[in-house]
Amino acid sequence: MSTKNFLFVNRKAPYGTVYALEALEVVLISAAFEQNVSLAFIDDGVYQITKGQNSKETGMKNFSPTFRALGDYDITKLYVSTESLAERGLTVDDLMELTYEDADDDYAEKPSIILVNREEMAAMMAEQEVILSF
Amino acid sequence: MKYTIMVNEGPYQHQSADTALQFARAVLEKGHEIFRVFFYHDGVNNGTRLSVPPADDRLIQKSWSELAEKHGLDLVICIAAAQRRGLMDADEAKRQGLDANNIAPGFRISGLGQLVEGGIQSDRLVVFGD
Amino acid sequence: MSMLHIVNKSPFERVAFESCLAHAKAGDSILMIEDAVVGAVDGSSFSGKVKAAMSDKTVYVLGADLAARGLEGKVMDGIVSVDYAGFVDLTANNDTTQSWL
Repeated sequence: MSTKNFLFVNRKAPYGTVYALEALEVVLISAAFEQNVSLAFIDDGVYQITKGQNSKETGMKNFSPTFRALGDYDITKLYVSTESLAERGLTVDDLMELTYEDADDDYAEKPSIILVNREEMAAMMAEQEVILSF
Repeated sequence: MKYTIMVNEGPYQHQSADTALQFARAVLEKGHEIFRVFFYHDGVNNGTRLSVPPADDRLIQKSWSELAEKHGLDLVICIAAAQRRGLMDADEAKRQGLDANNIAPGFRISGLGQLVEGGIQSDRLVVFGD
Repeated sequence: MSMLHIVNKSPFERVAFESCLAHAKAGDSILMIEDAVVGAVDGSSFSGKVKAAMSDKTVYVLGADLAARGLEGKVMDGIVSVDYAGFVDLTANNDTTQSWL
């Protein structure tokens, strides 16, 4: 099967609706197809990867730890909009530390989060072949 | 050109269910091929045969079934989303020990891999949702 | 490589339309469908942003959704109205499509 550039665009906050959770389920499945996968976190999507999520009292499952596992699935490119963070009073320090082990660099631990501005985000989007939006 | 269409919202709740149907019809009328229609999130509810809208309303689920029969469409309902929302085919109902099934003709229940495969195999993937 | 951006949210309710405009590149196409067609109306507080986008992008509106909302006569100059067949053509003529949900 051919390899394509797949982008998953996350623009919605977690818990309020199911989109973030079910988007993550597609991302995990996509890993099995050995595609070139990237994720974008724009607008309220940045809330999906904030640290310290505790959904216990809502009765809903806290699925944020799953983002930490993405590196093990070779999903290592998580593009985060700097404007979206700033608009929401957030910085990268409010986000989970998401990393992967680079097999091409003696398994050195590297950050999966790539901070990009709108222009860089748009340039990254322009390179995609399949864009799934949630 | 080969298309995969993703439908993420349920019928009657959000217009995207109608838009997806109109778009699918137009794709076929233009002579393109639809590789697959994949129903996700509440979109799985497009595949129930137990919907009975008022007599003067459109029948979205039936329209998909008819389109599938006429054009041999592959209408796939995501199993994980379907299980959460109570969409069942006979096999799945049996496996889960449930006493009923409700999948409409022309639809089948399968995994999320079918969506990813649709993206790989098709020239275009178009998402309809909220 | 050109992209078709499909937007279906009113700019008065959600930020999807603004976000779409902020990320669309010169030469891309933007299609308003469903509730987003209100963004095609001339003289609204959002129309300036759509006009600015038209300087280097082509902006389309799904005629069926305009008509459904009684807005056919209120569209600003330069926006191209398409039917569902035209919608399909736009997806075929651009390399990729992105839905701003």
